[in-house]
Amino acid sequence: MNERLLVILPHPDDESFGAAGLIALKRKANVPVTYACCTLGEMGRNMGNPLVANRETLKNIRKKELEKVAEILGINDLRMLGYRDKTLEFEDEEKLADHFEQIIRDVKPTLLVTFYPGFAVHPDHDACGEAVIRAVKRMKKDERPVVYCMAFSNDRFEHIGEPDVEIDIKEVADIKFQAIKAHRSQTFWMIKKMEQELDSANPQWQQWFDKEVFWTYSFQES
Amino acid sequence: MNPIDPLKVQEAIDAFLHKDVYIHLETTTGAYSAHQNAGNMTVVAFIRNAKINFSQGKIKGKGPYRVGLKTEEGWVYAEGLTHYTIDVQNRLLMAGHDQEGRLAIALEISETPFPQ
Repeated sequence: MNERLLVILPHPDDESFGAAGLIALKRKANVPVTYACCTLGEMGRNMGNPLVANRETLKNIRKKELEKVAEILGINDLRMLGYRDKTLEFEDEEKLADHFEQIIRDVKPTLLVTFYPGFAVHPDHDACGEAVIRAVKRMKKDERPVVYCMAFSNDRFEHIGEPDVEIDIKEVADIKFQAIKAHRSQTFWMIKKMEQELDSANPQWQQWFDKEVFWTYSFQES
Repeated sequence: MNPIDPLKVQEAIDAFLHKDVYIHLETTTGAYSAHQNAGNMTVVAFIRNAKINFSQGKIKGKGPYRVGLKTEEGWVYAEGLTHYTIDVQNRLLMAGHDQEGRLAIALEISETPFPQ
């Protein structure tokens, strides 16, 4: 079976922080990548400094940034699903899973990336991951893609242990940096900080560009 | 958006008096507040497209500003507003930003519903 990567995440920039390296490596290996982005992050709080956005214009600004990032990462198929930022957990879980299932069946990924439900901090992250897992559980075992989950809650290690997947992304670190930078309205302050702290080799930044880690979701009990 | 000019904002508020209008009211600490510092709470609220009709509306303060709208059966109140704009659709968008340009509060008034 030909390799195919499907990424389902709620906000433009989630993909860049957590999985840009993996996406870029897959594209380098000519693996097709579909990114289904649930919202446009229209409730984001960063408006630029000086201000470049307001609550009503942010949606379009972030949409353009997302399209640019898809170009930078070489994503073949970008799907914007049209949900509203912060509201995913209040949607009907089954309907959300229906929507994801339809996308999964259409794309037929061998590998799927989403958030680890319960350990992804932002309610949209958890709701997205939960609905993706719900959708995959409906599939026959031999049809299911491998699911890589991203987790970053402070209590993750005590509950789900260490990540079992660690990917060296150094060869595509510059692409990841470009992607993060292209989400300009949200990341300008971070980029500024990074550039200021470049000499101090702040390990927090370095980690982002050295490796990406994932927890393979275990469907054993279902 | 521009720093609030209270006279201009007052004028814009007055233009919505006694009309059925839609508001977007929001305040946020940011979704990661408690994650970044266990001593903090994450507190977010928004109402998008509440339909109101106000008989009195004022902007007060020396900046950041407060806006209060007296409705038929209650009040709409926002504190911490720093910036405003009147967009091409004639909507009055007001917001309060911290020093890094992060939105902490927003109050917006429109004669037509805001897009979902």
